[in-house]
This record gives sequence, C-alpha cells and structure tokens, in this order.
Amino acid sequence: MASHAKQRLVVVGNGMAPGRALERLFETAPDAYEVTIFNAEPRVNYDRIMLSPVLSGDKSFEEIVIHGDGWYVKHGVTLYKGAKVTKIDREARTVTAEFVPSRSGQPSLQPPVTVPYDKLIVATGSNPIIIPVPGHDLPGVLSYRDLDDVEAMLLAAKSRGKAVVIGGGLLGLEAAAGLQAQGMDVTVVHLMPTLMERQLDPAAGHLLQRAIEARGIKVLTRANTKAIVGKGRVEGVDLDNGTHLPADLVVMAVGIRPNMQVAKEAGITVNRGIVVDAMMRTSDPDIFALGECAEADGQVFGLVAPLYEMANIVACQLVGDATASFKSSATATKLKVTGINLYSAGDFAEAKDREEIVLRDATRGVYRRLVLKDNRIIGAVMYGDTSDGPWFFDMLKRGTDVADMRETLIFGQNYAGGIPLDPAAAVAALPDDAEICGCNGVCKGKITGAIAGLGLKSLDEVRAHTKASASCGSCTGLVEQLLKAQLGDTYNPAAVQPMCGCTDLGHDDVRRLIVAKELRSIPQLMQELEWKTSCGCAKCRPALNYYMICSWPGEYVDDSQSRFINERVHANIQKDGTYSVVPRMWGGQTSAKELRAIADIVDKYKIPTVKVTGGQRIDMLGVAKEDLPGVWADLSAAGMVSGHAYAKGLRTVKTCVGTDWCRFGTQDSTGLGVKLEKFMWGSWTPAKVKLAVSGCPRNCAEATCKDIGVICIESGYDIHFAGAAGLEIKGTELLGHVATEEETIEAIGALTQLYREQGRYLERIYKWAKRVGLETIRQQIMEDGERRRALYDRFVFSQQFAQNDPWAERANGKDAHEFTPVADLTLREAAE
Amino acid sequence: MESPWIEVCPIDSIPLRGCRVVRTRHMQIALFRTASDEVFALENRCPHKNGPLSEGIVHDRKVTCPLHNWVISLESGEATGADKGCTRSFPVRLDKGHVYLEASVATAP
Repeated sequence: MASHAKQRLVVVGNGMAPGRALERLFETAPDAYEVTIFNAEPRVNYDRIMLSPVLSGDKSFEEIVIHGDGWYVKHGVTLYKGAKVTKIDREARTVTAEFVPSRSGQPSLQPPVTVPYDKLIVATGSNPIIIPVPGHDLPGVLSYRDLDDVEAMLLAAKSRGKAVVIGGGLLGLEAAAGLQAQGMDVTVVHLMPTLMERQLDPAAGHLLQRAIEARGIKVLTRANTKAIVGKGRVEGVDLDNGTHLPADLVVMAVGIRPNMQVAKEAGITVNRGIVVDAMMRTSDPDIFALGECAEADGQVFGLVAPLYEMANIVACQLVGDATASFKSSATATKLKVTGINLYSAGDFAEAKDREEIVLRDATRGVYRRLVLKDNRIIGAVMYGDTSDGPWFFDMLKRGTDVADMRETLIFGQNYAGGIPLDPAAAVAALPDDAEICGCNGVCKGKITGAIAGLGLKSLDEVRAHTKASASCGSCTGLVEQLLKAQLGDTYNPAAVQPMCGCTDLGHDDVRRLIVAKELRSIPQLMQELEWKTSCGCAKCRPALNYYMICSWPGEYVDDSQSRFINERVHANIQKDGTYSVVPRMWGGQTSAKELRAIADIVDKYKIPTVKVTGGQRIDMLGVAKEDLPGVWADLSAAGMVSGHAYAKGLRTVKTCVGTDWCRFGTQDSTGLGVKLEKFMWGSWTPAKVKLAVSGCPRNCAEATCKDIGVICIESGYDIHFAGAAGLEIKGTELLGHVATEEETIEAIGALTQLYREQGRYLERIYKWAKRVGLETIRQQIMEDGERRRALYDRFVFSQQFAQNDPWAERANGKDAHEFTPVADLTLREAAE
Repeated sequence: MESPWIEVCPIDSIPLRGCRVVRTRHMQIALFRTASDEVFALENRCPHKNGPLSEGIVHDRKVTCPLHNWVISLESGEATGADKGCTRSFPVRLDKGHVYLEASVATAP
C-alpha cells in the first residue's frame, strides 16, 4: 500500500481519450489522484479531429488545443512533454520514459525518468501504417497522424508543387483537400475501386469522387503503389500498371495500427490491440487501456465517440463506480472537407434479408440510402444533404420500428410523422438521450439540463458548460435551436449585435425587413423600424444607404448625406483635409497618353505627391477639394474614369502579363482582368472588393490574398475567394475550377452578388464567408447552376444603374456645392 | 453694443443634414443644417486632430468627424461620449430662409 495520502495515477499518452478521462475524473474527484502524464509529442493535448482544418488553414493550432498549459497547472498534473514511455515495470509498479530527440535529430540531454504508479492508464494511440514499398523511407514521405506531420506538410506545400496521397479513405481525402487548399497539385492513389469504401457504398463513393475531382484533385482508383522513387528525396510514385506520378511530397494515409509495443513488452495481453474488458481493464487489474490502442469487445476503434465512452468508463472506475461498462455501438462518420457533405452510419452492405430505400436528386447532387432489416434502420449513407443524418442515426441506435413511416422515411424528419417544418420544433421533439454533438458525445438532455439548471443564455455559455458544438461546430444550429426552444423569446438568437445605438436590430434583421416590408427610403425605414434617433448616426446611415441601393437597384435615390465623405466627393480624404485621386487603369494597364495627361495634371494643380498603389494604380495625393472637379475634367478629357479607390465597392483588378508576354503564362490573365474590371466597376458592395488574376500558379498578381482571385492554369481557371492581406492575413479559399473565361465571369459575378446581398456593411468577403460558411457559398455558386445564374442576372441588372463615372458627372457640375465655400467673408472689414 | 448680423446665404444652399463652409479672414466656419432645418456654426476643426467637421455626417444635433469618428455637439462644439475637447461655436440667426452670422466673425482671430 502506498504511503502517499493520494494515489498516484500515471497516464501514458496525452491524446483526446485520456484527456477526456482526466476531465471526467477531475469533475467527480478532483483530489483523488496525483496525476503524471507522459506525452511523446512535445506539446499539450489537442483535438486531433481538427488537424484537417489546420492543414487547410481554416484553424490555427492554438484553436484546436483542448487543454492549455494552465489546465495542467490548475489540476496539479505533471506533464512530461516529448517523453516517450519505453518501459512499464509491473513488478516495481513504475514506468520509465526517455526524452525524444528534437526534430533536427539532436538526442535529448535529459536523462530518462522513472515514476511510480498505483494506477496506470495506457493510451498510446496508434501508428500510421507505412506500406513497405521501396522508397517508403525517403525524405518527403509523410504520414498524417499528428501536428508534426501537418507542419511538415505545410512546409512542403509552400513549394506549391505536386503531392501524391496514398489512400482514399477519410484521412487521405482530408489530407488531399488540405494540401490542395495550400496550393499543391494533388493526386489521390487508392487501391480499391471506390473512395472511402469502408464508410460509403459505391454510389456515394462515385459522387464523392466526382466532387473531389471537381475541386481539381486527381483521383486514381484501383491503383496499387509499386515504389516510391527519388534520389536523396522523393521525386515520384510508380504504380504497378506502369504509371509514374511525379511528386514533391507523398502522404501515406492507408490506415492505422494500435500502438501496443510498450504494453506487450510489459507482458500485458494483446491481440489486435491491448485487450481490455468492458471496464477497460487490461490483464493487469491496475492497468487500464483506452483509445485507439485498446481492443474492446474484440474490436479496435478509431472514431471519437466510442473512445470518449471508454474515457468515461475509466474515469468511473478510478473513483470506484463500477456501473458503466463498454458496449460497442454503431458509429457515424462525417467527412471534414468543406463543400462536401457526407454522412454514413451502420452497416450498408447488401444482403438477402435486407431492404433498401434510395433517394437520388441529381440536380441537387443528393443521394440517400437507408438499409433496413426487419423494419429497422441498420445502415444509412447520405451525400449532399446530410441534415437528417443524426435523425436516422438515432433511430438506428435505438432500433426504432419504422414500418409506419416507410413511405416518407427517406425524405427525412420534416416529412415524417407529421412533425412540423419548423426546425426548432423538430429539435424540441427529439428525446433527451438523442445525441446532438457527435464529437463530444453530448446528448440533448445534458444540454437542456444545463440551460435550465445553470441558467445558460448563449451559445458560448452552452459550449463552455457542456462542450456541445465546441469541437467541429457542425451542430451549432441544433444547439441554438435548443436554446431557442427552451428560452423562447428571451433567447436572442446568436445574441444579435445591434447595428448601432439607434436600434436593437442587427444588420441581418434590418436587411430582411427592408425587403419584407418594402422599405424604400431611409426615413421610411427609421419610421417603420422605430429608430430611436431622429435621423440615425454615422454608423447606421451609410449601412442603410448601401442596403437600400442593393435591395432596390435603379429605384432608390442615393442619399449623399448618408455617405462617408470619401464616397460623397469620390476621393480619399487625407489627414490635412486634402484629397487623393486615383484614376482607373483597367487591369493595371496604362499608356503614354494617360501618363502624359497625369503628368500635366500634376504640374497644373501643383500636386505634391504621386505614388504607385498596391493595386497597380497611380495615386495623386494632396489635391485641394476645390481643385477636384478640375482634376477630374482633365482626367476625363484623357479618357480616364474614377478608380473608386475610395469606395466600398469594386476597387482594382490586379493582373500579371499572362500569355501576352510571359513565357510561363497559361491564359490571357491581363485580358481577363480587364474584362472583369469593365464588368464590375462601379458596383457598391458591403466593403471594398479587390481582385487579381494571375496567369499561372507562380501567382505574380498575388491573387491568393485577394477578396476574389483567379489563378489561370492550363486546363482553365481556379477561382479563389475570401483572402485578406490587411489587418489580418489570410490565403484565399478555392471556390472552384472552371474551363472558360465566360464561366469565370459568371461565377465571380454571382459570388459578388451573393456577398452584396448577405454581407453586413463593412464586412469584408473573408469575414462574410467565415460567418455564413465557405461550404454554403461554394454550393450556391459552383454546384447550383440555377442559383448562380439568378445571382449573376441580379448583378448584371444592378450594374446598369451603377456604371456612371462619378468624376465626369461632377466635372460637369453635379453636386457643385460640395466643392465651393457657401460664402467668402475674407475681404470684409471688421465691424466697428 | 450688440454686434450687427451679416447675411451669409439662403438656408437652401446648405444640404439637409449637410454642411457648407464659410471662409473668414483667419479660419473656416462650418454651417450645419439639421434634418429639422436648424442651423449651427462651428469652427471647421475637430478638437481632436483638426479634421474638417464640414465633411462629416450630420445626425440629430451632432456631426461625426470624418477623420477619426469623434462626435461633436453642434450646439456647444463639445465632443460627446468618452472624448474630451471643444471646438469654437458661433451664434447663428435664421430669418425668412436666410442664414446670418455676427459680423465680428469675419475678422475673428
């Protein structure tokens, strides 16, 4: 018996499963154990499920940390980072760990440590399977398992070269999508005839393959890797059919194998994994195993839900609660690739005693298949619209008899059993033990209980207290509906931020009401929506003016007094009250005539500074307000129009010289840039919009940090969006690939219109995209042709009223009062 | 002795919820017209960084400076909210649709 007051608990491994077990343990018995953790990785516990968003750039490592350093301190946990357990001595009841070499290969100077235990948890996880083909150990061949792999991939992706991913399962496809998002040219090599064959039936596998290919990733099925080749580092992959694939990076994602070496050496019983009973005990009763290394009920597990269930059981065991026991149950899978909705659960193989119900909707790209046995769902595969996945899965788990609703079952919950279409009502109708958050295993009852018991009022509070929707976030909508169902009107959905102090309404509500109530002027809006001030403020008026322009094109009369000064006088105010003038240069091209005119204007108006902008334009700074109409008249005479460098609207389209001059150019990037700029100039948008078109992936026009960017490649055009290079720096997301200039222009017009209609005033495209979801945008623009054309048509319609050169108008006398004093009293003598 | 008033302009030459500038010997005066046809006169310099208040958005009896969004009271010239500072204000008279300033402002320092 240990002489310690506290028992000593040692944990080998610091992944998600042991992290969860400790969390549960500290909830119920915070002081029961003195805990020591060994982590072979040199870091804290993080959400391994979210490695794919880190790879694709959607999240940073900090965002996926589950337990920061503070958590270990708070709970008195000793965490050894970068320490790999090499020996478990069951006689002496100690474990010994060696510190792993640094990534540069320097051996660690720290001597091994040996720590005694009373209870031991083995959570060594799994190792990636490396196929032993020749060349598998070349530099540049990686697995996809932990953050080190992701960092190595991100580094390799900087070359924007070619990557081959071996394995078309869940991990392989996530890796492929991530690498492609990082700009690599990716080929997936898959041994089986269809992708993700363990989770998908062949039909869904084909739909998936088509979607993957549509985003520019090549897929080779029935492809067997013969060798990885290269001199000194990887240069390519040879398949056994003779194909050679050049590659700068090879990722092997063919599966995982439980890591049980240290347990085996300690004489603990192992089979496929470390064998445990339903209480998670190994053959040594003081040693538990859980996570991917454990074999329970004859199975090993790789998805998070059963691993968390194991964690709960271990936590219960540690405090002497023996009621919980492990039952392997069906698990559901979702693919975490933005733009691809995929859900599968249970067993969907065909067999004699099984029936199936299939729904296909080719135009919407929807496929659903339910496999029934004895009127009960035993398997479900969904592609496209996966919203009913949890509902089907819930019935699958509880073995619900579906005989009564077979007719409409496949259409989902909204059509079944007279459940109303109101989504909140549908969620309210779920039983308390229906799972809402798959990542964290949170059921409805726990959420509603926390809302009621703790008086929670917001999504963030629910996340903090229950962890529901705190990981991948895909159940956020359901959690919000629960909040709404329970709190009724007191729940302010998404805790709406009012536009400004003049109203309690948020931007989205105001926009919706403008259309719904047909509010056609700012005074009418303020009246109808009960504005609290007589005529708004400097925050809401410019926003409302924009919303009116966007909602009622050609009809609404612009209110110049609700415009910020730059848009009112069509120039940028400077710190001394002078202005800067930037004429448009289509696609960044200019001419001797234009340059000569600019030079003359600079001389004539004694303009102090002339500068080239970041958007390939010429900026004349320090123009007095009274001189603006004169400057514009002269620019107009030379054929130049406003560059809208002051506008929440289309700014510039940057280009490189493309096939006109460049020996690497693949398309006429300059020509396309000019076309886009001529098509889009004059449009008003929620915030500024900057474009660029690069003629090849070398990307000299820097298109991948723009609001919208085009990268020309041999086969056509990659359309990117949602980049930023200002306060925040963010690479773009791929919207999709198209073959022709016409399709590029249609997609970009539609995208811009969607942003115009949904963006909140001053919200840049990348923020809008983050708010509404890249996936929904992609779906509407790239997959839903009807929606795309309707958006495009609305953009074209509104452009006919927008494309008037404001400079020419003002040079001809419009708004003359703006540019002259109303009176000059300088010559008056002092009154006596 | 009461200072005589000088006629500056018709009120309609100032946009509703807008502003026009009057030049005097030593400064610029911004003449603001509110939504309810009141007229106010401030020196055309924000107390913060001398931004031209005449270019700001006029709302209620306030103007928001175009440079850094300070909100200045048209009645007193004082910054509102958390900001502190005051710009000069001048008396204005409205008579039969015309705007008058005190004659002394023409040469005020």
